[in-house]
Amino acid sequence: MLFFDLCIQGVIQGAIYALIALGLTLVYGLLRILHVAHAALFTLGGYIGVIVTNGSGSFLLALLTSMLIVGVVGMSSYTIIYKPLLNRTPLIALIASIGIFIASEELFRIFFGAYGLSYTNPPLQGQIEILSGVSLSHARILVVVLAIGLLSGVGWLAINTRVGIAARATVIDPEMAASSGINVEMIRFGSFFIGSAFAGAAGVMVSLLNNLVEPTMGAVPSYKALAIIVLGGLGSVRGALVASLALGIIESFGTIYVGHLLDRDSIAFAFLIMVLMVRPQGLLARG
Amino acid sequence: MAYEIVVLTNMAIAVLFALSLNVITGFCGQVSLGHAAFLGIGAYTSAMLSKSGVPIVITFAPAMGMAALIGLVVGVASLRVRHDFLAITTMGVVFLFTGIVRKQEILGGEIGISGIPAPDFGRVGLLATSLLCVLAYLLFTIWVRRSWAGFAFDSISEDEDTARLLGINVPKFKLFAFVVGTAGAGLAGALYAHQVRFIGPDSFGFVESISVLAMVIVGGIGSIWGVILAAAFLSALPQFFQVIDDYKLLVYGLLLFGAMRFAPEGIDGLLKKIFRRRAVK
Repeated sequence: MLFFDLCIQGVIQGAIYALIALGLTLVYGLLRILHVAHAALFTLGGYIGVIVTNGSGSFLLALLTSMLIVGVVGMSSYTIIYKPLLNRTPLIALIASIGIFIASEELFRIFFGAYGLSYTNPPLQGQIEILSGVSLSHARILVVVLAIGLLSGVGWLAINTRVGIAARATVIDPEMAASSGINVEMIRFGSFFIGSAFAGAAGVMVSLLNNLVEPTMGAVPSYKALAIIVLGGLGSVRGALVASLALGIIESFGTIYVGHLLDRDSIAFAFLIMVLMVRPQGLLARG
Repeated sequence: MAYEIVVLTNMAIAVLFALSLNVITGFCGQVSLGHAAFLGIGAYTSAMLSKSGVPIVITFAPAMGMAALIGLVVGVASLRVRHDFLAITTMGVVFLFTGIVRKQEILGGEIGISGIPAPDFGRVGLLATSLLCVLAYLLFTIWVRRSWAGFAFDSISEDEDTARLLGINVPKFKLFAFVVGTAGAGLAGALYAHQVRFIGPDSFGFVESISVLAMVIVGGIGSIWGVILAAAFLSALPQFFQVIDDYKLLVYGLLLFGAMRFAPEGIDGLLKKIFRRRAVK
């Protein structure tokens, strides 16, 4: 049963990674910037989730509020951080983004305290037995369902709607897209909104799984998500999703079988480096 | 007085560390998000040797050699990846380093190595040694910059494909930059180990790699004097901020952002702007 447990663990972790990595991939595809401050939005989502749930008693309301607010904050991060730096080398934007991320961790600590917040009455704790001897809490099932739902929703939008087609055109060639009458700026705002909202949702779900939000909860996603989008092939959404799932499963098996040699993070990065040595453009990159 | 000496030694080590990254990122244009791993390799090598009785100054050579050797391996691996892929690969290197060190009993594992012998020439002696090392490395990098290798670095960092087209042996110069840069970091690590006399995996993580990259970029990518100023300033910053200890990182983060937002050319760019304005007048 250990094998099955580890698979489930990996899929859940992979679903969380995927929700976070989507926004990062979208931003990279549009602006060619590694958006480290994205992980701060994930933390913000977690805080809003806990605060609204504790205040109103409704987890659904908390999830929706969190996605909305984090989405809007994400859009403003584009205007404040990246828009003035678009003509500079990407390294400048990367350092600016890291600066904002460091400052935001401190802001969370100053506003919400260093010890973190918990749910007074954690929702979705019921267990379902999916196989004899293997049971999962509702919360864990919701993580996977939510990830599949949200991500396939975006996939559907990207393929079937005019906005989706416009967004894909902007990723491939911003200038051509602009001269075909696509409002590139709106596409950027929209992508920041969706990507950030998903990171917010991931933050809420992680806060529920751990029943804790703390100022530093964004630290691991901040670099792990970068590894994921590189692994998938920078800017490739499909690649990022495959890489999230792969990394989730590899980490959960790796900590059991090679955990005495390497810790969790270095397993992820050892895998990343091995893949890049064979395929320097990532798993699923176009060209 | 003892306190000032400690602060000055820390500044000297930070300057050396930043200058070493400046060779890789500044001169040769290869972004590294994992430079602290080489500081760590130097520190661990030097600490292990001096704990077993080797005189401190003699441990500098193996510390540099070890860092450069692993730097060469990482450099060879990095030849396959470029730009953002390179940044993330080097970030992986620092996580691999701390991950491996954490699990090795012989390297002190999670707890690290304590009781590293104090330098027998005292605190002032260590400061003098650090300053000498900085000076030697500084002169060496100035020489590199002015040599043929410096031109090759420039062309690689401007446009790698064109450099290749001109017949410049790009892999050779990239590896040279990696070896010189990581050896410098190893030397800084050896000094660091004997300055704090306690090292653990957490001293050489991702955060340290970011802060040294920040020094190079705030200084102005590739500018030797800008990087020295930025490293001295940013490493001493926590001391200035003792009063507002609680908000130290907040200020540091906003400062990084502000520097990139309003002075993306770094200190170097600011100085040039000021002097140019004067010259026009």
